[in-house]
Amino acid sequence: MTELNPDALRERLRKRFAHHVDPEFVLTREEELRPYECDGLPAYRRLPLIVVLPGDITQVQRVMQICHEERVPVVARGAGTGLSGGALPLEHGVLLSLARLNAILEIDPDNLRARVQPGVRNLAISEAAKPFGLYYAPDPSSQIACTIGGNVAENAGGVHCLKYGLTVNNLLSLEIVTVAGERLTIGGGGLDSPGYDLLALFTGSEGMLGIVVEVVVKLLPLPERAQVAMAAFDDVEQAGQAVADIIAAGILPAGLEMMDNPSLRAAEDFVHAGYPTDAAAILLCEVDGDNEEVSEEIARVRRRLLDSGAREVRTAVDDAERARLWAGRKAAFPAVGRISPDYYCMDGTIPRKHLPRVLREIAAMSQQYQLRAANVFHAGDGNLHPLILYDGNIPGELERAETFGGRILELCVEVGGSITGEHGVGLEKIDQMCAQFPAEELQLFHAVKEVFDPAGLLNPGKAIPTLNRCAEFGAMHVKAGDLRFPHLERF
Amino acid sequence: MSDATAALQQAVKQASADRSPLQLHGSDSKGFYGNTVQGQALDLKQHQGIVSYEPTELVLTARCGTSLQEVEALLRENGQYLSFDPPRFQGQGTLGGAIAAGLGGPGRPWGGAPRDVLLGVKLLDGKGQVLRFGGEVMKNVAGYDVSRLMAGALGTLGILLEVSLKVLPRPLERDTLVLEMNRARAIARLRELCRQAIPVDGACHYNGQLYLRLSGSHASIKAWRQRIGGESLAEHSTFWQRLRDHDLSHFRKQGTLWRLSLPPATATLACEQDSLLDWAGAQRWLMSSLPAAQIREQVRISGGHAEVFRRGPDQTAPFQAMSEPLLALHRRLKQRFDPDGILNPGRLFDA
Repeated sequence: MTELNPDALRERLRKRFAHHVDPEFVLTREEELRPYECDGLPAYRRLPLIVVLPGDITQVQRVMQICHEERVPVVARGAGTGLSGGALPLEHGVLLSLARLNAILEIDPDNLRARVQPGVRNLAISEAAKPFGLYYAPDPSSQIACTIGGNVAENAGGVHCLKYGLTVNNLLSLEIVTVAGERLTIGGGGLDSPGYDLLALFTGSEGMLGIVVEVVVKLLPLPERAQVAMAAFDDVEQAGQAVADIIAAGILPAGLEMMDNPSLRAAEDFVHAGYPTDAAAILLCEVDGDNEEVSEEIARVRRRLLDSGAREVRTAVDDAERARLWAGRKAAFPAVGRISPDYYCMDGTIPRKHLPRVLREIAAMSQQYQLRAANVFHAGDGNLHPLILYDGNIPGELERAETFGGRILELCVEVGGSITGEHGVGLEKIDQMCAQFPAEELQLFHAVKEVFDPAGLLNPGKAIPTLNRCAEFGAMHVKAGDLRFPHLERF
Repeated sequence: MSDATAALQQAVKQASADRSPLQLHGSDSKGFYGNTVQGQALDLKQHQGIVSYEPTELVLTARCGTSLQEVEALLRENGQYLSFDPPRFQGQGTLGGAIAAGLGGPGRPWGGAPRDVLLGVKLLDGKGQVLRFGGEVMKNVAGYDVSRLMAGALGTLGILLEVSLKVLPRPLERDTLVLEMNRARAIARLRELCRQAIPVDGACHYNGQLYLRLSGSHASIKAWRQRIGGESLAEHSTFWQRLRDHDLSHFRKQGTLWRLSLPPATATLACEQDSLLDWAGAQRWLMSSLPAAQIREQVRISGGHAEVFRRGPDQTAPFQAMSEPLLALHRRLKQRFDPDGILNPGRLFDA
């Protein structure tokens, strides 16, 4: 019980967990807890009371039952690559790692689905499906490491969302363990199931409503071919207009990405993708499908881009060139990390038409706060990642960067967008939730939480601010010397 | 707030104060679907009009009472469409009704269900509060996804005042191929085809014929037509429209109409005599007088669920029963959104 001192509670939980979970997977020593102190947002760190790694669903149920009886809060964790502090542990709480539940249970090519455990890596699903000519579409940039359970918790996106949707659009069912340790199936074997769409409610709920212990995802046929065009513009507004023109022409690109001059220059210096460094902005537009369709579409894309004022359009002649053109975009974050001691990555979404205004205002803020900014943009779906460059060793720069970032998110809300498109709220953006939602909506969120978790034991303090809280600001801190998972692509 | 919104809000507040249930309807074209609601009728059709539409943003926002016909006409002018392909029974239907019912047409496995294209809602909860969730952007992970929870809730969690949807460019070209084959071969052929990057967005088997709708670029359709064979169907859009709106003779028979939702590769079930197979196998329409328990058990074993879409003379429960813990969650959610139980009580489950 929580009246016990922390050491006594830890010891008591250790003993109780060890009845059900191999003691080797119940961690209590500081050096064992250390790797769990943060997720992909290392600015926030905290040691959990205890870490437990169950080996099957029954063990997850037992752990939850114990925590429920003891009234101890639980933070679930996959690979810990999240960018918003959603998996940050609680000092007096249990860190429940689902890493050992990492089996691909079934690839069912006839029904175009895969049944997997939550600790399976995103990319591993596509690799397992490949021999059948299938793949799992959502591809967050951390896909070599991030797990499907975490993808469900965050409703992860990627660069192909406009055409293929987010995680929520690519799930068929979930097995859930409730806060009280009960097992539930949400969704079913068909494309729909009776009752409310709890599958949608769970997706992106950041571990606040239940523990995901099994996932059935949709698989899609691998496209026969993909082709990318790179267009250079002398003016950012023209590039923005070109995006609208492509959509207006009835083309639905598989990927449509924009980089402004600071980010494309940093990327070019880093990976030599062949970007024209004097361009104000570049667009990367990828189409996929069958051979005939791709040939026809890429020709249309090319024409549109030229009509929209691109000064140069380059179409990848082979897969190597296609990979090179993408390499620059995918390396944009680490590339910016090379030119600045520290940077903040924001994750706002906006209606695309406001892009010129938002970029103009970001440029003005950059002047005002005397900090450089580089912008990369999932232009197809309106998801903007401004990177604010600062040096944490210069007094006042961190604070200025935070204020700058906060202003950007408020601007996103002001033009009708959102404070987070794919990174989640977690702990990082919990204060900006107040800018996006009035009290009545926040109260309803709390009511929804209470339906699933009356005692408030699942990841408490994340995602939804209390009404009293609405005040401060935070953003993704990436310390250059301290980047977690530096080998992961971040875009 | 518009007068129409204020009037609805007033009606809900009054009903909440009186604890007097409301039976919500738009054009009432799907009134047969789900359990019968006892309550004062509240007409949402007057709350209509397109709020905003920008083709290059691929987003449309409209009030719930806007007719599907109006929405689709506007989209067509701009070369776009509703990819979830909502049915229009007797040619009727409002946008709010389409989302609340959560039904997708023949294009659903490829173009998504209403929940897949729903980006945001403005709703009235059971206390008459106006609340907004989601928005007009494609990606938004701030807060729980309350918008999507509204799709298919049959109005039991809130009145959808406005909805924002993702719309898509219309395919450049469409063609429908008809191939003669029996059901078993059709299921096998569909499984083989759906594993390839084929530009299909409609697949139905009916009366010994497999109908495949191809949508995409000219060259791509031409190439696939050669690969697949079969005959091109003249007047092909009429066929899909009649399938979508239940205007084919299959749907005009007397009796109970069942909708079976199944893993698509499921072999023909014993109960499936003379069914129509849609969604490349994932949805089957069945006129049957077999006992409900028998149909439901066969479908359940195959991993799906069966619902009575249109009731015959008997009063079979329309929806497959949920497990007790799941039902308990449903009741608690309903209670949070609608504490007085006035919004379409019982339409989706026994509150």
